Amino acid sequence: MYAVTVLTQLCIYAILTLSLNLVTGLAGQVSLGHAAFFGLGAYTVGVLTTRGFPFLTAWLLAAVVAAGWGLLLGSISLRLREDFLAIASIAFNFVVVAALLYLPYFGGAYGISGIPKPMGSVAFSVLVLATTLGVAWCHERLRRSDLGLAWMSLRESEAAAEALGVDVRRFKVTAFVLGTGLAGVAGGLYAAYIGVIRPEDFGFPLSVTLLAMVAVGGMGTMWGPLAGAFLLGGFAQAFAFVHNYQLVLYGLLLAVVMRYRPQGLLGRRPT
Amino acid sequence: MTILEVRDLTKRFGGLVAVAGVHLHVQAGELLGLFGPNGAGKTTLFNLIAGSLKPDRGEVVFNGQTITHLPPHLRARKGIGRTFQVVQVFGELTVLENVLVALAHPALTRWLPLGRYDPPGRRQRAMEVLEKVGLADRASELARNLPLGLLKRLEVARSLALRPKLLLLDEPLGGLNLRESEQLLEVLLGLRGQITMVLVEHNVRMALPVCDRAVAMDAGRIIAEGRPEEVRRNPRVVEAYLGEGGDA
Repeated sequence: MYAVTVLTQLCIYAILTLSLNLVTGLAGQVSLGHAAFFGLGAYTVGVLTTRGFPFLTAWLLAAVVAAGWGLLLGSISLRLREDFLAIASIAFNFVVVAALLYLPYFGGAYGISGIPKPMGSVAFSVLVLATTLGVAWCHERLRRSDLGLAWMSLRESEAAAEALGVDVRRFKVTAFVLGTGLAGVAGGLYAAYIGVIRPEDFGFPLSVTLLAMVAVGGMGTMWGPLAGAFLLGGFAQAFAFVHNYQLVLYGLLLAVVMRYRPQGLLGRRPT
Repeated sequence: MTILEVRDLTKRFGGLVAVAGVHLHVQAGELLGLFGPNGAGKTTLFNLIAGSLKPDRGEVVFNGQTITHLPPHLRARKGIGRTFQVVQVFGELTVLENVLVALAHPALTRWLPLGRYDPPGRRQRAMEVLEKVGLADRASELARNLPLGLLKRLEVARSLALRPKLLLLDEPLGGLNLRESEQLLEVLLGLRGQITMVLVEHNVRMALPVCDRAVAMDAGRIIAEGRPEEVRRNPRVVEAYLGEGGDA
């Protein structure tokens, strides 16, 4: 049972890293607020299912809510050429956590508990696994599509991409909306799986962790973010007893990887 | 027939007037050389024509249509291709993929273009273009592993894949040795008549003789225009270049 729990948790990380990879790995836009969109998805499912909405409806809305905020934040902060998104997304992460903490509707620091699972625990784990595989498939489909090529081109050189007919601003926003929507999907699964959610579960440290997972695994590939999620996520499980020092360990790992293998463990995509 | 007309184009950067009321006609099919010392405003003029900079005043008319308000990607789709003074290749993509980007734009009008980016038809067209510039045998290499001479050719190949009507070449020979320069110049001359080209080049000795017409700029203004040899001997041009050691 413990193994299933851990695997489910790791799969949720994997959905998060794959979705973040669309934004950061493929389109090259650094987001340090991915946890906020994860949280928006989780709270959407938490709020709606505890009020009697069916899980599927709530789950779908989780994706829509997260993508909607992604569209808003993306269209504001991706207009500028510089890495404004990195800063704006950090700010957004703190604002979201604060809003969840201080708006009584969301249950404050205690969050929302008693979120029902729509099915048995094992069956739900299967759903999570299937979703992960589905997201991985979408990721590959996107990477090999015109959209994926447009993302990679603007990541490499915005000036050259637009000189070749790529609407840089539009496709940056597309990447961000898809990435944040999928983070909402992960959040919806997480809320129903774990049953209790609190604002602190979706804070800035998680955003950093997710980015570290993508970077350590290898940006821009499918296997990289997957490996990152399982490696660093598994690491977190194994070293749960040093909870307070986890970020320090991540930082060290990230530094070592960046020094000796800057493209990430599985970086260098096959051609 | 005039393919490009620039009317009274002006661009300021703070107190500096980089391009000052430039008027320019480019005839369809010609190879126009744009010369002038550093800081004359040549690259700024290119950026204004390609749309990466917005002018403070004036108009750009391409194929009879005012395009001054259009963003760069729409100008590219209308048929204005360009290369960059400092190479801007997609380093982490393969040589072939670099060219495929230019072939994707018909699909990129949609919000979610999910078709594969390398269908056989496009691959073949990309390979044809690479063949033309002599890069076909490097197609599957990552672009960042290529030497500068080949990157410059890759930039030309990429913009050719757009099938432009007008090609703006910003110092294509910059940083190349003599052999590389000759090879690239040969590629460009092979396009003569098919594509209108505007060429900015510091290597006046090599570039000037091949141009149909030349324009000289200094301090944001056009100071001479006409047949290459006339422009070269124009006293104002000679004077403008004296500060650079009389390289003209």
